[in-house]
Amino acid sequence: MNQKTIERWSPWFLLVASIVIWQVICSAFNVSEFIFPSPLRIWNQLVEFRATIAAHAWRTYWVTMTGFGLAIVVGVLLGFVIGSSRIAYAAVYPLMTAFNALPKAAFVPILVVWFGIGIGPAILTSFLISFFPIMVNIATGLATLEPELEDVLRVLGAKRWDVLIKVGLPRSMPYFYGSLKVAITLAFVGTTVSEMTAANEGIGYLLISAGSAMQMGLAFGGLVVVGAMAMIMYELFNYIELHTTAWAHRGSQNN
Amino acid sequence: MSDPTRNFVDFSNVWLAYNDELLANNQYAVEDINLQVKQGEFIAIVGPSGCGKSTFMKLTTGLRKPTKGTIHVDSQPVTGPLKISGMAFQAPSLLPWRSTLDNVLLPLEIVEPHRSQFKARRDEYVQRALSLLKSVGLEGYADQYPWQLSGGMQQRASICRALIHEPKMLLLDEPFGALDAFTREELWCILRDLWTEQKFNVILVTHDLRESVFLADTVYVMSKSPGRFVVKREIDLPRPRDLEITYTPEFTEIVHELRGHIGAIRKQSGSTTTASVASIAQ
Repeated sequence: MNQKTIERWSPWFLLVASIVIWQVICSAFNVSEFIFPSPLRIWNQLVEFRATIAAHAWRTYWVTMTGFGLAIVVGVLLGFVIGSSRIAYAAVYPLMTAFNALPKAAFVPILVVWFGIGIGPAILTSFLISFFPIMVNIATGLATLEPELEDVLRVLGAKRWDVLIKVGLPRSMPYFYGSLKVAITLAFVGTTVSEMTAANEGIGYLLISAGSAMQMGLAFGGLVVVGAMAMIMYELFNYIELHTTAWAHRGSQNN
Repeated sequence: MSDPTRNFVDFSNVWLAYNDELLANNQYAVEDINLQVKQGEFIAIVGPSGCGKSTFMKLTTGLRKPTKGTIHVDSQPVTGPLKISGMAFQAPSLLPWRSTLDNVLLPLEIVEPHRSQFKARRDEYVQRALSLLKSVGLEGYADQYPWQLSGGMQQRASICRALIHEPKMLLLDEPFGALDAFTREELWCILRDLWTEQKFNVILVTHDLRESVFLADTVYVMSKSPGRFVVKREIDLPRPRDLEITYTPEFTEIVHELRGHIGAIRKQSGSTTTASVASIAQ
């Protein structure tokens, strides 16, 4: 097996090895299923409650994607404004940084007052937590423009808008896709956290109710499902990124 | 082209301070620039780093307005960016997501009147770009991406981009500074041939005295802070010039003379080591 094949399969090897070690420890020390369930137990629970888990997972998925979609729209628009105007950058950036420092879980009780228990708080929490990296990356991509290139275009009568469309936007695309990968995982965090206190459906709700019923296998099963969904979405955006902005990744392909 | 004796570029008593604070302190980036360039003339500007050569380019293209004095280009006062100019810099700054051909076509997507006709006349423009690429030895590289080209090839493409809208004036800011000696001399000849063929005005800013003497009709030496033109040297070497000319005594003598001027400027500004004078001269 050559180096490349090993590299490609290495995450799977690691995953399988971890599961095996986990199972071995649980079986060898006879760990109680109510404290720390073994992989086998989690699997059994997943199979047993597959219909319930699937329903909650679907709910979490579409809520997250709605919040994430909102985050893309708002993040790109704000990033575009901030990245294309120095005044907007100076005005907005410090406030946004302060906002980003707030724990988004702290918004959930407020959102419950405004929107009630249900999808409202979950969508908004996943939106609030994930739009920031998108905005920052778009702004950075637009703001980092070679001054010589700007001169070349400005002397031809290019307006700011031309420079943004012809140069700034394509240049910020790798940053944008990079930020989507970060943002989608954050969005799942936002939804799950919100569902834990402010919903009667979704993986977050499932975790809380399974936990309080001492169904640890089911709770772990819920975690596995969220992790898998986030991972799949991450890989999807990674794929899109590699196939639309190959010019930014030439180094890794040539070597 | 109607009147070859007419001044194409005319600076009279041009001063520039970059902002009000510097102006209040009487700190000018360039001072009292007087310059007359004839139609089709190739001029080179040499001088130590930071002497305002790039400022001079910004003034000529209208990207900067002078604090005092007036600039005329092609008998018109310069009031804003001059579309009749093409620019190329030390960094090729090609767009990595565009093929070489699309990079060369970029100016036509921006400058009027080509901009509004771009879709309709695209085939014609592509032909123009291809023949330009061919003339600089990049035939067959149109569909390659910039990162697939060597440094010298990228610089050629960058010069094609500067020339695609058929500018009357080409401004080059140390365009060959980052290239190895052989590639540089190759590109000198390419530039010489393009200029001989099309007779646009060239303003070449460079550190390289041999480059300036080989290519230019007139070499101006700039001093550092204040940025002024202190020497004007007509290069009366016969044209067409071949690379062989750079090994003749006449050529070497002019290079020596210019190097002497630069050495004197650096002594005046009080920061002289013989080694760095030599590095500037090279």
